[in-house]
Amino acid sequence: MAIGFELKGESMSEIPLVQLLTPEGERVSHPDYDTSLGRDDIFAMWRDMTIIRRLCNEATSLQRQGQLALWAPLQGQEAAQIGAGRALAPNDFTFPSYREHGIAWCRGIPPENWLRMFRGVHHGGWDPQKYRHSVPTIVIGNQALNAVGYAMGVQRDGAEEATMVFFGDGATSEGDVNEAFVWAGSFDAPVVFFVQNNQWAISEPTIRQTKIPLYRRAEGFGFPGIRVDGNDVLAVYEVTRRALAHAREGGGPTLIEAFTYRMGAHTTSDDPTRYRIDAEVEAWKHRDPVERVKAYLVRQHQVPAASFDDVTEEANTLAAKLRDDVLSMPNPEPLSIFEHAYADVHPLIEEGKRDMVELGIAGGGH
Amino acid sequence: MAQMTMAKALNEGLRRAMENNPKVLLMGEDIGKLGGVFRVTDGLQKDFGEDRVIDSPLAESGIVGTAVGMAIRGYRPVCEIQFDGFVYPAFDQIVSQVAKLHSRSDGVYTMGLVIRLPYGGQIGAIEHHSESPEGYFAHTAGLRVVSPTTPNDAYWMIQQAISHDDPIIFCEPKCRYWEKGDVDLDHPPRGLFEANVAREGRDVTVVTYGPSVRTALRAADAAAAEGRSVEVIDARSIAPLDFGVMVTSVQKTGRLVVVAEAPANASVSAEIAARLAEDCFYSLSAPPLRVTGYHTPYPPSRIEEEYLPSVDRILDAIDRVIGFES
Repeated sequence: MAIGFELKGESMSEIPLVQLLTPEGERVSHPDYDTSLGRDDIFAMWRDMTIIRRLCNEATSLQRQGQLALWAPLQGQEAAQIGAGRALAPNDFTFPSYREHGIAWCRGIPPENWLRMFRGVHHGGWDPQKYRHSVPTIVIGNQALNAVGYAMGVQRDGAEEATMVFFGDGATSEGDVNEAFVWAGSFDAPVVFFVQNNQWAISEPTIRQTKIPLYRRAEGFGFPGIRVDGNDVLAVYEVTRRALAHAREGGGPTLIEAFTYRMGAHTTSDDPTRYRIDAEVEAWKHRDPVERVKAYLVRQHQVPAASFDDVTEEANTLAAKLRDDVLSMPNPEPLSIFEHAYADVHPLIEEGKRDMVELGIAGGGH
Repeated sequence: MAQMTMAKALNEGLRRAMENNPKVLLMGEDIGKLGGVFRVTDGLQKDFGEDRVIDSPLAESGIVGTAVGMAIRGYRPVCEIQFDGFVYPAFDQIVSQVAKLHSRSDGVYTMGLVIRLPYGGQIGAIEHHSESPEGYFAHTAGLRVVSPTTPNDAYWMIQQAISHDDPIIFCEPKCRYWEKGDVDLDHPPRGLFEANVAREGRDVTVVTYGPSVRTALRAADAAAAEGRSVEVIDARSIAPLDFGVMVTSVQKTGRLVVVAEAPANASVSAEIAARLAEDCFYSLSAPPLRVTGYHTPYPPSRIEEEYLPSVDRILDAIDRVIGFES
């Protein structure tokens, strides 16, 4: 590691961590991992990261202007999410928490759909089967068990598909995540647990959740765990790609700890200045996941400035479209609350609909 | 027509559901080789294999949470929670995911899973083995809750629940597991969410469900000896409640007693009483009364009879609604 500063009592340089691209943008080798990604692939990942960072900034602005109820920014975690998201095969299935905008981007979900939940017009926002990306899970850790169950279904189908589930360092304290580890180990479920250790669960540092590095938890549950530089998109891609292949081939689960940092607030309702120091944030700025890729592309591949400018322009256009989409997003019809509460006819649903119409809360004709 | 216990009827119903649909899976603690602590799944792992009858690790949230994922994948999991008092670790998954994912996914996900829950008292057990948690689930939108009380109902209701597309909490009154009864293997008695008039009468309507149905029928026998004609309705479905049958009965008798093991406060019995008071206001000759467990933790088993709705307490309530003078 290029930076050896102490982080909450844990010396970064002492923890084995897979890295292929240093914070300065230099390619380094790793005995177990290498990448065959070429200039175009890496540029495409830089583009992904640049766009989601820009869209995320737009969402924060929209929240500040009262257009979103809340936003959960991902700044700092772009490499963790794009690296993981681009490693997925089309048929793999993913279970997010609520900050996986980068994964949603990789799965092809239109950005305005990610914002429906935050605007308060929907609890989901997209068709999870169409995009192979489940709906958001806000109750911390629930989705880990859901993912393992899904993977057990894949196993029973004899399908060559992997399931990947995303959660944060805080979630690793939840019973559900630990039960998911037990199940996955016991049944050799084809699942990849991807924990983004962004160092903070709202105001509580990772050291409050664990006395040992998170990736080492896996050993106790009987499957491999690995820590990757979560700000290195190449390393995240390669580590994830291999874990997914391992799952598809019947090798069982893997726990990947993407060691990263939440540069912004937990959500737009949070004030991180109350619990963390500027020096820490400053130190992590030097490890920026997007800048290091650009430095590498310039130095190693002589990518011209115009290529980067084109993407910046593209990102601005997408952000403007996102703004327009949000501003024109209609409120749901009041009667829509009854639509999918149950799959089959239910008397209290029929009664509620009648009540809403009779009282004039909603128009009839539905 | 075949004679069998409710436990056996459930076993046969599960077997038939598994034969009819290869997507039906069973999961739970000790349900494989042991056949479940009540033997409801006896022999099923032997016949359907370990991939379909899954002995799960000992963690209830894990059972339900993984069943959710299997349902997303297109399976029809039937979870067994070993006892009523052990369902609470799964409560989060049940109310946060099972009940809401169909809605959150705009109907894309079918949460067609069944959570079997042996419940209720009258079995002389230690703590956490005699509880009636059905009200928690009945309160939650997105869930349905049913409870069979006869072998015939058990045989059919478990199959109807498994083939239903909504998640169902299937409450099995364990004090009735070993009672034998006739099972019609060819024709279901009625729909899953329909109440049943278990005994016809003219003077008082007793609405009940699950383990209390037997007690209510005994009370009706005793009342008949005193010349009082008591109609007993087995709700069968706890959520939604089939008020049509109940309203017809109360309009006829003008008097209502609701009986349940669960304490009355903010309960299913409260909902039945409130709704029937609303719907049958002009037919009622007396305020509806409830006979339930007391508002205490479930007692040590040596005194559970004093805690539970008994024949005497039900008869007392019947006396009071008949004797009421406005």
